[in-house]
Amino acid sequence: MTLTTTRRAPTAPPEGTTVLAPGRRRAHGRGLRTLLWALAVAVPLAFLAVFFAWPVVVMLAKGFVVDGRLDLSGFADVFARPRTWRIVGLTLAQAGLATALSVLLGVPGAYVLHRRSFRGRAAVRALVTVPFVLPTVVVGVAFRSLLVEGGPLGFLHLDGTFAAIVAALVFFNYAVVVRGVGGLWERLDPRAEQAARALGASPWRAFRTVTLPALAPAIASSASLTFLFCATAFGTVLVLGGLQFGTIETEIWVQTTQFLDLRAAAVLSVVQLVVVAGVLTVAGRARTGRERALALGGERQGERPLTLRRTPGTAPGDGHALALGAAAVTAAVVVLLAVPLVNLVVRSLRVGDRWGLDHYAALSDEPAGVTVSVWTAALTSLRVAALATGIALVVGGLVALVLSRRPRRPAARRALSTMDAVVMLPLGVSAVTVGFGFLLSMHEPFGLHVDLRTSPLLVPIAQAVVAVPLVVRGVLPVLRAIDPRLREVAATLGAGEGRVLGTVDWPLVARPVGLAMGLAFAASLGEFGATSFLARPDAPTLPVVIFRLIGRPGPDSYGTALAASVVLAMLTAGVVAVCERLRSARGGLAVGGEW
Amino acid sequence: MARSLSRSRAARVALTSTVALAAGLTLAACGSDEPAPGGAETGASEAPASGTVTIVAHDSFSLADGQLDEFTARTGIQVEVVQPGDAGTLVNQLVLTKDAPLGDLAFGIDNTFASRVVDEGVVVPYSSAVPAAADAAQHAFGDGNELTAIDYGDVCLNVDHAWFDEHGVAEPVTLDDLTEPEYKDLLVVPNAVTSSPGFAFLLTTIAAQGDGWQDYWSALKDNGLKVAEGWSDAYFTDFSGGGGGGPRPIVLSYASSPPYTVPEGGTEPTTGALLDTCFRQVEYAGVLAHAKNPRGAQELLDFLLSDEVQEQIPTTMYMYPVSTTVDLPADWAQWAPLAEQPYEVDPVEVAENRAQWLEDWSETVIG
Repeated sequence: MTLTTTRRAPTAPPEGTTVLAPGRRRAHGRGLRTLLWALAVAVPLAFLAVFFAWPVVVMLAKGFVVDGRLDLSGFADVFARPRTWRIVGLTLAQAGLATALSVLLGVPGAYVLHRRSFRGRAAVRALVTVPFVLPTVVVGVAFRSLLVEGGPLGFLHLDGTFAAIVAALVFFNYAVVVRGVGGLWERLDPRAEQAARALGASPWRAFRTVTLPALAPAIASSASLTFLFCATAFGTVLVLGGLQFGTIETEIWVQTTQFLDLRAAAVLSVVQLVVVAGVLTVAGRARTGRERALALGGERQGERPLTLRRTPGTAPGDGHALALGAAAVTAAVVVLLAVPLVNLVVRSLRVGDRWGLDHYAALSDEPAGVTVSVWTAALTSLRVAALATGIALVVGGLVALVLSRRPRRPAARRALSTMDAVVMLPLGVSAVTVGFGFLLSMHEPFGLHVDLRTSPLLVPIAQAVVAVPLVVRGVLPVLRAIDPRLREVAATLGAGEGRVLGTVDWPLVARPVGLAMGLAFAASLGEFGATSFLARPDAPTLPVVIFRLIGRPGPDSYGTALAASVVLAMLTAGVVAVCERLRSARGGLAVGGEW
Repeated sequence: MARSLSRSRAARVALTSTVALAAGLTLAACGSDEPAPGGAETGASEAPASGTVTIVAHDSFSLADGQLDEFTARTGIQVEVVQPGDAGTLVNQLVLTKDAPLGDLAFGIDNTFASRVVDEGVVVPYSSAVPAAADAAQHAFGDGNELTAIDYGDVCLNVDHAWFDEHGVAEPVTLDDLTEPEYKDLLVVPNAVTSSPGFAFLLTTIAAQGDGWQDYWSALKDNGLKVAEGWSDAYFTDFSGGGGGGPRPIVLSYASSPPYTVPEGGTEPTTGALLDTCFRQVEYAGVLAHAKNPRGAQELLDFLLSDEVQEQIPTTMYMYPVSTTVDLPADWAQWAPLAEQPYEVDPVEVAENRAQWLEDWSETVIG
């Protein structure tokens, strides 16, 4: 793939390029540098080893080691069950189909929401992110009350079907693709496509042969994230389809939390790991080699307003029809995404036979059995999410920094690509396995005299483990795309190292960091992953309070739970919007991440 | 030179970040120590009136506002609450951590899990001497005193009176009615595998139908049974009388659910429980083996049996107190009677057959 532009491509300089710099900079000791690099590698790896790999290994060992001896007979038993093959098939079918649909719908969405401008775009971008964080009990209400017989969409007869699960998975993950592909698309230099058009290619052909290949790494990256989220979804699958559409993840959940059959759970965890590793490998192949070879422009360079009418003076066949098609698809998807959310809001306003804000007024109550008000829980959620995001940014930032290097030795390069895949695993390994693993491994870990299992610190740490891959995928492409010559020029002109950092690197990285921060924050607010299995101490977060409220009889608890869910949705939309602002406040050369 | 420049820049970032992380973790670690100064170790050896006691409970555990503070004021013992999940998750986590328990006292083990907990040696015997202990003994599990009953309730089918009035159909009364054609497509129950009331209803049918229980479920299925994932899903989304406005007028819930459906300005509930379809559920507390503060755990267990906690149990946990000396809330006394002859299954039998029953149930009902 070659993109012809007049702009300098911010790729790394050819190997061996040297640039003269003021001599005093050479004074840095080589030893210190090596030490700091070693730390940059060691800190995140240690974090993931302690808070991810170790719990998983302990949990698997519980299933495979019987009386001190390794016992792998579980594999034969589990694979002898016809059900196992069915759930592996169902997992691949659900995740594969939902990923394909998310990409098919998300790519036009990325074009409309990131390449075209229109009034209310920021609001729409925030809206599509909201589903990402809704607790599954709430999605159950939002979706099922629409689909249930007699419900507004009951005539579709989708309740409890495979199609409903896939639709819900797309509902969750549409934003992943839109943000992932859009982040790259908005800074893709439009002149390559324009050149193809000038040479006689039709708009469709120009898109297919020039733009689409350029977007391939972002599409592969978003698709692999979507696949991971889908393959490990369990609440959604259980609520919408029940066990007849069970996946590997729901089966691990059932075997662990209901049957305590750790042997079967361990076998299934290994199967899941194999599936996930396979997908990551394929996605990694599709990504590497393309990630750095792109010609990127400034963010707004290729952005045009979205108009329903053809711009006067342009000829037919200028791609207007293509743009309108994308806009129509996106509008339809946004309406479909909005329907369950609107349903939620409408239901939260229903008080008996009338309408009112009573359930919102009740948010400041401390209902018996819930112990805190919704507002208090929201504050707890924000505090925990901020801590989790902080940890994820540090760990994920270091990982991205390390991965953005291009060592010359092939062995080192291979090590980096392995590390790239490994940091994604927290999204692909069963939350149940990690959560129960915490339980088994965090009591006086490594001989330390602390019981981390019931420590309030474990919740943000567990959330950070899931958020790290999001940060890495968001920040890494930009770090890789920074032209080292910019720094060299600044240094040659006499800027000190701090000044180079502040004036060259930070403005470039700030926006993708902002975006990644938004998603990490959202993932934390939504309580992804292992968090739901932790023995949480007495300061419940918002999703926990929603869960408790909806577990109580009476229309009032139900209404308050729905109102609290609306609060959670608004909170998320707000956080995402603020992070969008952080992005657009920086102009000029700034480039976005894959997110 | 270009490389080394960018390297040292990166290295500085790395250093700064590392320091920040380390500082963050240290700070946070210090912070997390605060609520339990000195804590558990002193409690175990010294007089009971000190230290911290940790209660490990299911999601639905809660006491009335300020009751734990009162306990602390009276005994000097701080209470921490950890809640790992639903009843099944709680029990399995207790089993997995029995050598190094998550706390001192467990609460929320029901009679369907009691046998697993006792067999695994998760809890140790304790005989409370408070007055309500005699009442609790009426619901005892086994004779080893490992578990003390705190509350109980009935898992029963509920019907939406309004729906049956409106459609001119007589309400069902017994389990067998539900397989009749006039009740086709009217019943929703939670999944027995993923929901504990769902499992309780499975036990009801096993107690009622004996070996024919699978045939009974086949008949239910043929008659349009709907299986939802959990209680709230069934009650609020599928049930017509729960406030969510679903389509089905018969749902599996509790004998205590009807009082909460008295409409605004109304005088009687719009739903009722079918008392011939109930399973008696008992919830136990037990002192954990290897607890750091067993004395504190015992005092807290006594407190759970005290009248002040017992009389709040209906409002905080929607269960009936074991104590016979406290009054039920007025609306409970009027609208939430218990079954006179609830179905019961021997907990030992449940422990032996749970996995097989659930597998058979899944095969019959889910397919």
